[in-house]
Amino acid sequence: MSGAVSAAIEVRAVEKRFGNVGIIRDLNLSVAKGERHAIIGPNGAGKSTTFNLISGHIAPTSGEVRLNGDLISGLRPFEINRRGLSRSFQVTNVFARMTVWENVRCAVLWATGHRYAFWKNVDSLPEVRERTAQILDDIHLTHRRDVPAGLLTYAEQRELEIGITIASGATVVMLDEPTAGMSHAETDRAVALIRRLTEGKTLVIVEHDMSVVFGLADRISVLVYGHIITSGTPEEIRRDPKVKEAYLGEEAH
Amino acid sequence: MTTAATSTSKMAAEPAGGLRFYGVWLLGILVLIVLPMIFSSGGSLTSFSLIGIAIVFALSYNILLGQTGLLSFGHAVHYGLGGFAACHMMNAVVSHGWPIPLPFIPLFGGLGGLAFAVIIGWVMTKRAGTVFAMISLGIGELVASSSLILRSVFGGESGITTDRTALPKMLGWSFGPQLQVYYLIAFWLVLSAIAMYALTRTPLGRICNAVRDNPERVQFIGYDPHVVRYIAFCFAGFFAGIAGGLAAINFEIANSAYLGAIQSGLVLFSTFIGGTAFFFGPILGAILVTYLQLGLTNLTTAWQLYFGIIFIGIVMYSPGGIAGLLMMHRPLIRAGTLWTVIPSYLVAVVPTVALACGVILAIETVARFSGGDPINLFGIAFIATSPVTWLTAAILVVGGFFVARLAWRRIAEAWDKAATVARDRGYLA
Amino acid sequence: MLELIVISTLNGVLFGMLLFLLSSGLTVIFSMMGVLNFAHASFYMLGAFFGFQLTKWIGFWPALVLAPLLVGAIGMAVERYGLRNTHKHGHVAELLLTFGLAFAIEEIVSMIWGKSPLDYRVPALLDFPAFTIFSTNYPAYKIFMLAVSVIIFVALLIVLKRTRVGLIVQAALTHPHMVGHLGHNVGRVFMAVFGVGSALAALAGVIAGPALVTQSDMAASLGPILFVVIVFGGLGSLPGAFIASLVIGLVQTFAVALDGSLASAFGPLDPSSGPSVLTDVWNVTIAQVAPIVPYVLLVLILIVRPMGLMGTRET
Repeated sequence: MSGAVSAAIEVRAVEKRFGNVGIIRDLNLSVAKGERHAIIGPNGAGKSTTFNLISGHIAPTSGEVRLNGDLISGLRPFEINRRGLSRSFQVTNVFARMTVWENVRCAVLWATGHRYAFWKNVDSLPEVRERTAQILDDIHLTHRRDVPAGLLTYAEQRELEIGITIASGATVVMLDEPTAGMSHAETDRAVALIRRLTEGKTLVIVEHDMSVVFGLADRISVLVYGHIITSGTPEEIRRDPKVKEAYLGEEAH
Repeated sequence: MTTAATSTSKMAAEPAGGLRFYGVWLLGILVLIVLPMIFSSGGSLTSFSLIGIAIVFALSYNILLGQTGLLSFGHAVHYGLGGFAACHMMNAVVSHGWPIPLPFIPLFGGLGGLAFAVIIGWVMTKRAGTVFAMISLGIGELVASSSLILRSVFGGESGITTDRTALPKMLGWSFGPQLQVYYLIAFWLVLSAIAMYALTRTPLGRICNAVRDNPERVQFIGYDPHVVRYIAFCFAGFFAGIAGGLAAINFEIANSAYLGAIQSGLVLFSTFIGGTAFFFGPILGAILVTYLQLGLTNLTTAWQLYFGIIFIGIVMYSPGGIAGLLMMHRPLIRAGTLWTVIPSYLVAVVPTVALACGVILAIETVARFSGGDPINLFGIAFIATSPVTWLTAAILVVGGFFVARLAWRRIAEAWDKAATVARDRGYLA
Repeated sequence: MLELIVISTLNGVLFGMLLFLLSSGLTVIFSMMGVLNFAHASFYMLGAFFGFQLTKWIGFWPALVLAPLLVGAIGMAVERYGLRNTHKHGHVAELLLTFGLAFAIEEIVSMIWGKSPLDYRVPALLDFPAFTIFSTNYPAYKIFMLAVSVIIFVALLIVLKRTRVGLIVQAALTHPHMVGHLGHNVGRVFMAVFGVGSALAALAGVIAGPALVTQSDMAASLGPILFVVIVFGGLGSLPGAFIASLVIGLVQTFAVALDGSLASAFGPLDPSSGPSVLTDVWNVTIAQVAPIVPYVLLVLILIVRPMGLMGTRET
């Protein structure tokens, strides 16, 4: 439909109101294919709401969201996910009673075409097993594969969260504060992990840690009071006086 | 590279585990074959048949509760409809002279249970949790009440009767004797149990677990939790229908009690008491509950109250059920620390038994206060109206409770120590 | 016909108000604690049986006060020693606990009082016809029941709107996630709410006992209707529970009162067609259908509005 297919995610004039309160006002955002895009902004700016709007967790009051040119606003989360967009959660959101292995494997099943199959033995699907093993290896949790996810340490759960998110092989990956609550060493590890796992994919990330943001992102958008005040390269954002005033200024004091 | 090493050693261990796995199933089948040869009285055959039916029913319930996290208060609807479908099918086979022998009848029971699940399930599984529980209760009442109105289908108060021996014979079996019915039930039990176990190891089965744990997240790995719940609901309805069909064959009747609230409650009790987290949990629960039901009805009028108390005890102190309690010990056995806990268990046995006796005595005192036989507990006769009985009950309950609490604390401490050692040795996460 | 409509409306509103006495407590407990108390109808039954027993010992009026207090105390004990310990295992475990409790209470009641209906009489003071409309005597006791329900309804409104606890309850109704932030006295608030809810259910039992049947299966037969009411109204919505109580009360009363069938309206089917589902449906009277009407309404609302009439919440 849309002629401009270049953008992986295109958000146009999206509004979200809860009752009379406008949380998101005239949101416009464009993320090119293969780009690593960070969304920053002060607390309560609506970053997680933006994620929820794009991933279908909540429907926008008005405006439209496109994924690779296709209209996805108003679709259910699983429909959006099937079109190749996958997201993580700020609060760890794994399958607590299932093992690490099962967590990742479940996230692989739809994308490998097994869907609701009740006539196949899940243990004898070679491509599922290989992909699951590969992802466990990628997120360094192979040695914890038989541990219920609920018993993992916090940092391990965050890594598993990333593993579940990328397991489907989605081309657009959205990570909501992947390093929140981590120590410096853990953060460095997580950033390396993210960089490696999203190679060649489109990445949208919400993050509070500025060193992570400026080290990882190709482009940055600044969200203030539900509105994106500016987008640009890290260098442009660093220099932008509006950003300093609205956001970085806070921390500089 | 220690991580790779452990993972490969686990991979290598799988074939051996597989052997043990098939061993357990073969052993189960062997027990089912041999059981009536050891206990051949009519009473035990009837009990075994009822237990077999209860196991299929409880396993079907666990597809909902244990696998998918759906708490249903109306599962007997599918059981009952399966029973009615089987009865009508048997009567139709006889009157039309179709060449369908009895062993195929449970399949039609299953289709009866499935049909209703397919029709009503989509609306019912829209929502999970408490709402689903309430809806299942409402649908259960709806069907139970409707069954009394639609007399031509459900036969009103008296139900629909049938004659299993009138069907075409198979391999020379008339299915008149209870022994032959037992083997028919055992056959379907094995078949259904294997099918239901296999279901847990399919992509759908695993996604059911994911829906149970976190329906929200499931949406973000491509699945519609509503569809997952619906399919699981249909499977549960199908296997419950098989159990109902077996019951119809066993009793040669289907009536409205099959699909009532009591039947739904019993299957919930069996499954939960046995334990929902392991496949064999509902099997244990069905055996125990059916056995108690058969045994206690002769001993006391208050047998249902004992179920209620056992159930409340399990919910409060061991939500994993009996299977959960047993499996808790596995890492300790592997780590070799189980022996450190056993002495505390032995110490706790005495006050716990005393407490149980006190509760039993108190209940029976109330139950038999206005007439009834004396209470016979371990050969000692207690008269319900005698103050001596009241005093004994009070001392046992109060004394048993306080001593047992101390003993249980000791168990908890010993357990913590043993678990810490097991954790250090890498057998516990 | 007019007579039937007036009398049935009165009875329907009365039944609806009784349902609301029960469903309001259930709704508030659910909103605050996330627990659907399966034993709520059992507390209603305990109220009726305690009321019967206490009436025998000390008379109806003291029983009217004492029975709800006793049941309220039982409710608080259930919250304190049962639910609070089970909370860590999740809402399903809590629901199962109350389910087991309902089962046990029914058994205990039938163990003590037997399974047959009790001779629980209307107090002599109120045993006279209040008024006569179209040759039907309307009993004063029913007017008394209606009055008690309305008084409790008004009292609840005042408590909700004017007191601190009422504000907390209201906050819990609209923002269930905020309940956890009530601070250190959250346990006491829960216990009090649970106790009051149980006591209200028991009060309904005491006053309904003489008018309806007091029997050990009364909880099992009313419970499911109660749950239909709160799902129909929308879980966690008090106005929803109120409307649903009245709707179900009226619909069921009218269904019982209207004695007719398709056969009586249009004449019997051709007898040669023999017994079939069609003839069953044709011959069934509306009164026979009455027990299933609430459940049919439940299915309909789920198809049309899965959240219930006034519901806003997912779970």
